[in-house]
Amino acid sequence: MAKRLKITCDEATTICDRNQYGEATFLEKIKLNIHFLRCKICFKYTKQNMTLTKLYKGHASSCKDLKHCMSDEDKISLQKELDKIKA
Amino acid sequence: MSQQKITLDPNKWIASYADYLFNYAVTRVNNSDLAKDLVQETFFAGLKSAKNFQGKSTERTWLVSILKRKVIDHYRKINSKKGQAEVRMNFYADGENEGNWIEERVPQNWDNASEKSIENQELKSQIDICIDNLPDKYAMVFRMKTIQEFETEEICKELDITSSNLWVIIHRARTQLRKCMEDNWFNN
Repeated sequence: MAKRLKITCDEATTICDRNQYGEATFLEKIKLNIHFLRCKICFKYTKQNMTLTKLYKGHASSCKDLKHCMSDEDKISLQKELDKIKA
Repeated sequence: MSQQKITLDPNKWIASYADYLFNYAVTRVNNSDLAKDLVQETFFAGLKSAKNFQGKSTERTWLVSILKRKVIDHYRKINSKKGQAEVRMNFYADGENEGNWIEERVPQNWDNASEKSIENQELKSQIDICIDNLPDKYAMVFRMKTIQEFETEEICKELDITSSNLWVIIHRARTQLRKCMEDNWFNN
């Protein structure tokens, strides 16, 4: 039983990353917390990861509002290319 | 009475759909030149296969499905070209230390985390620089998941990858990004 709950740092940080998107399972979270008992490094990683998630989210909200449009010149040249094909 | 069949009108494509398709492409490949190329290829492919259009979906849906295919093709291309070799490993890959942190990649303390977490333009561009430093494939998946906030399932479907595949990519991208942010933002 104890063996099954033991995970490596690579696995622990993978779970932690998945958890940043709310997609870690209950069992994974238990494994992660058991790992923290003996690994200060991954505990630190997790704390920093939460900070980073906040920063990425802030960045995301400003990116998502942006609507990308094609410039008029690009549209005109695209139309020309398209006409060439049609001809 | 039968439903009115939808027919294609390529003369109106650019005016009606160029912006929509371009926006769709840019949010996935994050490169406007590349997005322009993909949109152009989509219109070309659409013209070529116009005779196969069955009128079951709208014109826009049909064009988007072509563009989707182009995005997957692009993803496959960057996936096979490079990616694996450029990733800096953070954990031992084998031996008795397998899965443990590699000493010089261990997270350092961030003494100034709170003062450095104030959102500003400088921070945003540093985040972008660090994402751009990732291998193309990692950057694309990370952006779709974290910045565009797509559902896992949606990304897997669009890029034709499995979810465990996606999480390995996210994990590698995030550990690498963390290091980049540590070196260039928190502890510089």
